[in-house]
Amino acid sequence: MGDVIKLTTPLSDEDIMKLKAGDNVLISGVIYTGRDAAHKRMIQALERGEELPFDVKGQIIYYVGPSPARPGRPVGAAGPTTSYRMNPYAPKLIALGLKGMIGKGKMSQEVKEHCQKYKAVYFGAVGGCGALLSQRIKKAEVIAYEDLGPEAVRRLEVEDFPVIVVYDAHGGDLEEMGIKEYRIEG
Amino acid sequence: MRVIDVSEITEAVAKLCIDANYDLPSDVYQALKDAYEREKSPVGKAVLSMILENAELAKQRVAPICQDCGLAVVFLEIGQDVHFTGGSLKEAIYEGVRKGYKEGYLRKSTCHPFTRANVGDNTPPVIHYDIVPGDKVRIVVAPKGGGSENMSMVTMLKPADGLEGVIETVVNRVKEAGGNPCPPIIVGVGVGGTFERSAFLAKKALLRPVGKPNPDVELAKVEREILERINKLGIGPMGWGGTVTALAVHFEMEPVHIASLPCAININCHVARHKEIII
Ligand code: SF4
Repeated sequence: MGDVIKLTTPLSDEDIMKLKAGDNVLISGVIYTGRDAAHKRMIQALERGEELPFDVKGQIIYYVGPSPARPGRPVGAAGPTTSYRMNPYAPKLIALGLKGMIGKGKMSQEVKEHCQKYKAVYFGAVGGCGALLSQRIKKAEVIAYEDLGPEAVRRLEVEDFPVIVVYDAHGGDLEEMGIKEYRIEG
Repeated sequence: MRVIDVSEITEAVAKLCIDANYDLPSDVYQALKDAYEREKSPVGKAVLSMILENAELAKQRVAPICQDCGLAVVFLEIGQDVHFTGGSLKEAIYEGVRKGYKEGYLRKSTCHPFTRANVGDNTPPVIHYDIVPGDKVRIVVAPKGGGSENMSMVTMLKPADGLEGVIETVVNRVKEAGGNPCPPIIVGVGVGGTFERSAFLAKKALLRPVGKPNPDVELAKVEREILERINKLGIGPMGWGGTVTALAVHFEMEPVHIASLPCAININCHVARHKEIII
């Protein structure tokens, strides 16, 4: 297991280049949420020449659709959703300067290549840990597409949000490495 | 004959929806604890320890175990001597789902297939009715997450493919799924009857206590073999490499048509929720 690295958003190219697949990272600062429906709208907005609900430069998008907040809490359970559904959209956002995505599962070869080309990272968070991860979210505010309910775009303020580097900007892939190490032939 | 007012069903379903989403069943928790002991990868171990801590937090009602509070799958075994009064049984179940998902601060995850507009109250649930002897009603609520459901499949194999074909299909499916269904997973396999019957059997297999073998010794052997092969894949917790990819394989089998070999694989994530009540 790599070292624990603390990062604060927005991220610079320098921050990204020092990360390697398998590194444990604690993220603090502002991150944004978006799932398939929100991504679709963002890409359509770009195609119409409109602005995105937030400037993606240097930012991180967390693939999550939280459950409703209980009274007194900023947000409900908030673990990652499966990332491959964002494969059609992520490369365009990375090309615009998005520095990180947080999700679970594999993403496409194209996403991997974009991470290398544009210096970005795909982080993994532990799925099915919604209660634990919600405690690292200090503030949550819907900033766009409110009608999408759980899928609306939110601005989150996080503190020591635990993730692991899955695809780094040097072509490293935690899944590939991990499976190679633990696979037993025959 | 026993008379039951459907409002009792509404209350029961609402409570089951909430409890299922906050209290991980003790057999699942134990299986995850054992997995933590067995897991060789440090990354995998760290994942499992987070999962266990998360279950504790959810139990204290910090938030549901997972933000995907699932599509409500409801199994109803109705004693044939029961008579329902006070309205429609189906509507009572729907109302229970609405109430549970609202009052439990659970995420509503049903939507229109194409516009993707959220229905707003997590209806409709999927309801499986069964009529059994007696005057009791057994209700099981098993909220099912999308991530693991998306990795499930039904395929119509050829009879010549045989048991080896089924085993191969299951192992390949789990391999392709990788980290998507939030491993460690529980794998339900259904072989029997028609297309939809095999799917039902695979789903039902997930309700068994984790790792409880099929009473048929031959099938229990098959379950062990598939589990072993899956855990050799190296996928590990969350797909980041490790020795525990599945906690258990549950295999259910029934006779099939002479021309067919339907094979269904229903994958459940480690948040293997289900709660039941007998009224
Ligand atoms: S697969 Fe299960 S644990 Fe993972 S996000 Fe979906 S419901 Fe939660």
